[in-house]
Amino acid sequence: MSADSPVLQVEDLRIAFREGAAERAAVHGIGFSVAAGETLAIVGESGCGKSLTAFALLGLLPGNARARGRVRLEDHDILGLQGEAMRRLRGARIAMIFQEPMTALNPVLTVGAQIVEAIREHDAVSAAEARARAGALLARVRIPDPERRFVEYPHQLSGGMRQRVMIAMALACSPAVLVADEPTTALDVTVQAEILDLIDDLRRETGMAVVLITHDLGLVAEHADRVLVMYAGRAVETGSAASLFATPRHPYTRGLIAARPRIGSGARQRLAEIPGQVPSLGAVPRGCAFAPRCPAAGAPCRETLPLLEAAGAAAERVACLRWKDLHAPEQSPVSLDA
Amino acid sequence: MLQSNPLYRSTPELKAKPLLAVEDLAVHYRTARGTSRAVDGISLEIHQSETLGLVGESGCGKSTLGRAILRLVEPSRGSIRLDGRELVGLSQTALRGERRRLQMVFQDSGAALDPRWTVGQLIEEPLRVHGIGSLAERRARVARLLADVGLPADAAARYPHAFSGGQRQRIGLARAIALEPDLVVCDEPVSALDVSIQAQILNLLHDLQARRGVAFLFISHDLSVVEHVSDRVAVMYLGRIVEIAAREALWRAPAHPYTRKLLAAVPSLERRGRRAGRGIDHHDTLPSPYSPPSGCHFHPRCPMAVERCRAEVPSLRVTSGAGHRVACHLA
Repeated sequence: MSADSPVLQVEDLRIAFREGAAERAAVHGIGFSVAAGETLAIVGESGCGKSLTAFALLGLLPGNARARGRVRLEDHDILGLQGEAMRRLRGARIAMIFQEPMTALNPVLTVGAQIVEAIREHDAVSAAEARARAGALLARVRIPDPERRFVEYPHQLSGGMRQRVMIAMALACSPAVLVADEPTTALDVTVQAEILDLIDDLRRETGMAVVLITHDLGLVAEHADRVLVMYAGRAVETGSAASLFATPRHPYTRGLIAARPRIGSGARQRLAEIPGQVPSLGAVPRGCAFAPRCPAAGAPCRETLPLLEAAGAAAERVACLRWKDLHAPEQSPVSLDA
Repeated sequence: MLQSNPLYRSTPELKAKPLLAVEDLAVHYRTARGTSRAVDGISLEIHQSETLGLVGESGCGKSTLGRAILRLVEPSRGSIRLDGRELVGLSQTALRGERRRLQMVFQDSGAALDPRWTVGQLIEEPLRVHGIGSLAERRARVARLLADVGLPADAAARYPHAFSGGQRQRIGLARAIALEPDLVVCDEPVSALDVSIQAQILNLLHDLQARRGVAFLFISHDLSVVEHVSDRVAVMYLGRIVEIAAREALWRAPAHPYTRKLLAAVPSLERRGRRAGRGIDHHDTLPSPYSPPSGCHFHPRCPMAVERCRAEVPSLRVTSGAGHRVACHLA
């Protein structure tokens, strides 16, 4: 663990959906921690459980889903907190922004009124002071002409401006943790860059921790300190972003990196593809869930579930039976026959 | 005339006579709010077996351009010639014949597939509509097409809902290539797919082109994908092409400030933890196509803009040779 004690610590988080009397597991026990001022990225493809994990942190899972395990925010165990207790923390100590801000904004309230409401929900301040703080927040998220935007409605704003408003609302009570669930997936690439640069700057200024949920490894490389790679509801690899991209160990991580088209990669050529597709919830194979798509899988991979184990000097961990074979030194052993 | 165009001298593998020649194409929508200039005077050429990438952000008109080339929307002016034959003004009946040679693939092929038809019927439909072969011949061709796009033979008897997004995109591709077209317009074909599936579909497009010599107009908002699949890349901004170049030239020496802005914004594994000199840009939305800025449409967002950029529309002119053209007064 790092010198800074984590503001958010998740242990053995399990999420399952009720189906009649039975349960169908979607997240099978993942753990991570985030320190103040740090960005942890949770990366994976659709259906891997990354967004469910985010929702569980804020107690926002759908009614038929249940989370078990431990989520510790600062000094409180927050998993399973209900009603008023959770509402007090949500927004004040942990806040979330979503892929589509329009679903989270109230269409019949002006932008300013919504931020004022968010402030007064948690802080007993006068209306005038809340208005002043809301105006300052709009300027802080670099919304041009904040006085004019203050009295506009969400539909009058572009997608990028709406996401800035969401960030302003999330910052309203200076949370310790910001959970950002695919915050730029619906935005154009130039706007995406600006929103993520803004979140980086705010994190540095305020010391809040950021949990960035994304499918885009490029965003992870540019904005995260540490990474958790998920596949089919499990963590398959975790470590510092620098180490993960320099020496990816899990075949899935390696596959994701290789499958990504890169600018300036030379002549037109085929990409390294990962065959097959992500298993559906009810059809996760036994053993390693990635084995059917894995070029390195052997018979044991189809039988034994690999657990996260330490790999490398620092905090790198990988869940793969074969990672050591894949990381054998480059040169082959000296042949005695020669 | 075309032989003297430096664009084609520099790329000897391309035939001088373009497969598709679009000239001064415009699509203007008249609405209650006024006239939207979605496509505002675009000229481009696509050659046999070539992939031209068309990249731009939402609202720039790239999808409208793709649809206008197939005349799924009516151009307001301009010319579209397929192998020298003018498509603008052609009757729907006459157009139907040309459609064999010109097909389209959409972002969400699933939505374009009738859920009540089997995959076999869906792929056979274009063959039947164009009266190709006997029933048995068509069935054999469907089987070959399924294999071509990497789907199992038993897929023919199943319905679209039984397939994942990536597989439905394969079905859409099988339909598009059934008539052996010369050109397929691919509109955001991999944008809804996960990266591992995206790579499969991009590879499939690559293989289909190698086997069949089909040309692609590949439309996407994602510069890294466009750059990967294209021989040449056109960058579009608010209804106009601002830069067009061979793929290497575009990323090695981007000439338009908007192209440079796009390149700097593309997330990159190589740029770990470092911003690529991205400034803060308060105009993070495209101006409205109903009232585009004067002169160069990009000037309100451009860090280099001078008075001339506000007054005068820059023409798309050859820069540094080699078919590299840019519409910027300062390039």
